[in-house]
Amino acid sequence: MKSSYECVVIGGGPAGMAAAVAAKRNGIKDILIIEREKVLGGILNQCIHNGFGVHHFKEELTGPEYSSRMIDLVRAENIESLLDCMVLSVDTKDRTVHAISPEHGYLQIKAKAIVLAMGCRERTRGAIRIYGSRPSGVFTAGTAQRLMNIDGYMPGKKVVILGSGDIGLVMARRLTLEGAKVEMVVELMPYSNGLPRNTVECLYDYNIPLLLSHTVVQIHGKERVTGVTIAKVDENGRPIKETERFVDCDTLLLSVGLIPENEISRGAGVQLDPMTQGAIVGESYQTNVEGIFSCGNVLHVHDVVDFVTEESSVCGEGVARYIAKNLQNEITHKLTPGEGIRSIVPQTINLNNLNEKVKLYMRVKEISEKRAVVASIGDQIIAKKRDIKFLPAQTVTLELKKKDLLTAAGNEVVISVQ
Amino acid sequence: MFDICIIGAGIVGSAIAKELSKYQLHICWLEKGEDVSVGTTKANSGIIHGGYAAKHGTLKAKLCRRGNELYRQWVNDLHFPLDMIGAFVIGFNDEDKAVLQKLYENGIKNGVKDLQIVDGDFVRQKEPHLNPDITCALYVPSVGITSPYELAIALAENAITNGVELRLNSEVVAIEKEKDHFNITTHYTPLSVHFDYPKNIKAKMVINAAGLHADDVAQLVGLHDFKIHPRKGQYLLFDKDQGPLVNSVVFQTPTPISKGILVTPTYHRNLLIGPDAQDVLEKQDLATDASNLARVVETAKKTLSTFDLRKVITSFAGNRAASDRGDFIIEESKVDGFINVAGIESPGLTAAPAIAEYVIDILRNKGLAFTEKSDFKAHRKPYHHVALMNKEALNALIKESPNYGRIVCRCETVSEGEIDEALKRPVPIDTFDAIKRRTRAGMGRCQAGFCTPRILEILFDQLHMPIETISKNVKGSEIVIGRTKRALEEEK
Amino acid sequence: MDTKKLICICCPIGCELQVNKTENGVEVTGNKCPRGKKYALSEIEAPKRYVTSTVKIEGWMYPVISVKTKEPIPKENIFEVMNVLSDVTIKAPVHVGEIVVKNILNLGVDIIATRNTD
Repeated sequence: MKSSYECVVIGGGPAGMAAAVAAKRNGIKDILIIEREKVLGGILNQCIHNGFGVHHFKEELTGPEYSSRMIDLVRAENIESLLDCMVLSVDTKDRTVHAISPEHGYLQIKAKAIVLAMGCRERTRGAIRIYGSRPSGVFTAGTAQRLMNIDGYMPGKKVVILGSGDIGLVMARRLTLEGAKVEMVVELMPYSNGLPRNTVECLYDYNIPLLLSHTVVQIHGKERVTGVTIAKVDENGRPIKETERFVDCDTLLLSVGLIPENEISRGAGVQLDPMTQGAIVGESYQTNVEGIFSCGNVLHVHDVVDFVTEESSVCGEGVARYIAKNLQNEITHKLTPGEGIRSIVPQTINLNNLNEKVKLYMRVKEISEKRAVVASIGDQIIAKKRDIKFLPAQTVTLELKKKDLLTAAGNEVVISVQ
Repeated sequence: MFDICIIGAGIVGSAIAKELSKYQLHICWLEKGEDVSVGTTKANSGIIHGGYAAKHGTLKAKLCRRGNELYRQWVNDLHFPLDMIGAFVIGFNDEDKAVLQKLYENGIKNGVKDLQIVDGDFVRQKEPHLNPDITCALYVPSVGITSPYELAIALAENAITNGVELRLNSEVVAIEKEKDHFNITTHYTPLSVHFDYPKNIKAKMVINAAGLHADDVAQLVGLHDFKIHPRKGQYLLFDKDQGPLVNSVVFQTPTPISKGILVTPTYHRNLLIGPDAQDVLEKQDLATDASNLARVVETAKKTLSTFDLRKVITSFAGNRAASDRGDFIIEESKVDGFINVAGIESPGLTAAPAIAEYVIDILRNKGLAFTEKSDFKAHRKPYHHVALMNKEALNALIKESPNYGRIVCRCETVSEGEIDEALKRPVPIDTFDAIKRRTRAGMGRCQAGFCTPRILEILFDQLHMPIETISKNVKGSEIVIGRTKRALEEEK
Repeated sequence: MDTKKLICICCPIGCELQVNKTENGVEVTGNKCPRGKKYALSEIEAPKRYVTSTVKIEGWMYPVISVKTKEPIPKENIFEVMNVLSDVTIKAPVHVGEIVVKNILNLGVDIIATRNTD
């Protein structure tokens, strides 16, 4: 085990692998991927459903197939990986990664550049404050997915799912296929939060009711869940007491959002964006801490893995530039969310680091139809993209051209829905 | 024939068992739950009180202060969580100050020597995040925080090491008084690991430390002279990034209508707010609810307004074992040889070591011979906690047992080695929650999302339990219901 | 005229399709690409789905491995396929694309592995 590398990537999921591959292809020879599981692939390995890779690989893959392709690339590029190893902290002073593994004990690995690609975790019952008793049978959807798809365990037989995010929808189908009865999917918002495709294929196909503008207010049962109380919510998302009703079930699955796992980043002094809960990064995905980069779900929660690969590749190129001392740290342009935009990644740009263009990944605040996402500097519109529909659960992308940024007077780019 | 049978393995039963284990006595210890500390002990504020609050002259007052002192001695041998961070009782006006003055005087009478009435600036210097309107406070440096279940586990482990025979999952269903002993019948319902426990136990004396069920146990020998009324308290526990908002235990000045809400860091430096008080009918009713917790939040904001509700990790409730007599009930009952240790509500956690001493005095006065064991082991080894170890120690440990290098719980940095270790300690455990209490796996912000599959696997491998019997805690709380595929089923 | 509304499932965009049956044949609108039309037509005539699942595997670090139907199968056969997969056991090593069950239920579609064991 070497004690220093040009680049250490923390996390061997799709983001970490893509960043490592891109860095390698851009001239960085000495790269280590550190992964806590015993295999590369991250959470994709448990996403056994299909629908991945349509943009990136131009064909429809399952999660494990997508991750296998990425693993093949990592191997083809001869990139070293350290599995079954948990990173404890990143020391920015001497840019050292502290980690432990059964095989190597306590490790301190120096790196010129570090890529944070730790992914995200699921929001829990506590975080959304569902009260009641604390029986077994309450799972986050991802945990249930892991139990079923990797370990072959059945989490329950009569299931209510809270949250119509994609994992929730996919698990509704998965549980049904394995013989469970999914009573309903309950969604707080007045619209489904998953991809339309999943609503159709996972719910409509199996006649699973989707209750919009509803939530779970109480969990019942002493040993195992015996049921939940659901209620309609008002326009502010508050449960309406008179609409409460009991639903008999033995399992509650929560698919109520993902949170980037930035504990290591915070410890390293990386500044976070309150909207994405991930790092604030520039066009090359470098954080405010020099030499520390971030990409994938730890940066912002993605709806489509293809965007993870795309963004992480740009990050890997940035790492290569940085190590070659070709990356400028100053900020020439700031990106500001305007009307209707919730978040933008990256948040800043240095024009000199751009080849031709920069791609932005954004989330809108609310559903809108037949609108356009517009980027402007002052009064000047520099990019515009129309779409039939914008959904909060879907990433909106927009490309800004270097020449447009160069010619416009001003350094604040405001993006809004118009 | 046992000399003594202790019923109940909460903090009180654990302290008594630990103290009695010093002597040449044959002791049987029965617990209906699947682990020690699973009743009132597992869900409370975890405060080692100063002893100023209980009315002078009561048993509570006397034993609370003594308990506080004993823990500070015991911790040297037993290495349980204890951090004497001090406490403030905060006030906002002259009325409050007058109440604080009375508490101060009561405390002095109770033998609390380090009390101080301080002004708002003093409070702000130590606690910069608290409400700026605080004008005065009672400052009590000798207040501490602990992790109550880890504390009980430490005492229980020491008791077992010294020969006390603990039987978990053993509910006492009948007690018959014979001339010179009791016949005790238990109902044994193990989850997985079956021990060859006899159904009937003979013991010369019985110590009833059954907590919420002390009255039910007393009734088995025909005693009806007290009732336990469960009084629920609800809490919110926050992520560790909220912990640094307070450095001490912060109480509010009690008023005739409310004792106020506590704001404190936990031993592991989460932020904890609560409890309220609500009389409930059912002893097992531990449900939390939105309206009561909304009141807890509102009241806590008077102390600290800047906590972030999105950082709540979990809500929980505990039931206090309050009796209809107001004070602790620690006495030999009308049935010869049957000692009640009941109604141990707050400050019971603090008082527990002193309660144990008090019980020994009762037994001694009855003529029981207390001869010290020559091979008594005072020391109890603490658990390894990878999260708290330095590089050198960790390296040495992982070299010796590589599993300490495999992190199972990311949020709390708990390794597989720690779980292996928990399964080998003196209290025989086989549930998720028991592992959680000892190692903190699953206590963190993801609330066991990532470690659940891993812990299932470890329990399966180590204890050879069928997957569908592995439980969160009690029977019926199994985690998974079986396998996805028929082809997997034969794998049992 | 017979109109049916569908949501296209070919890609994450999820186009809202309208299928109109007229005397002149079937007309699809709302699709952004040709796959949408193809999907709408097959969805009206004979809806098909990919099935993704797992099967028991021996000699690997996990007890199950992910699999899928190589092509979409008729919707009405999904549960029968699941029933067959429940009893299947394979042995490691296995690689992406290898056939796990050939021509399942005589549907003319193989079940293939979607993950490598090494």
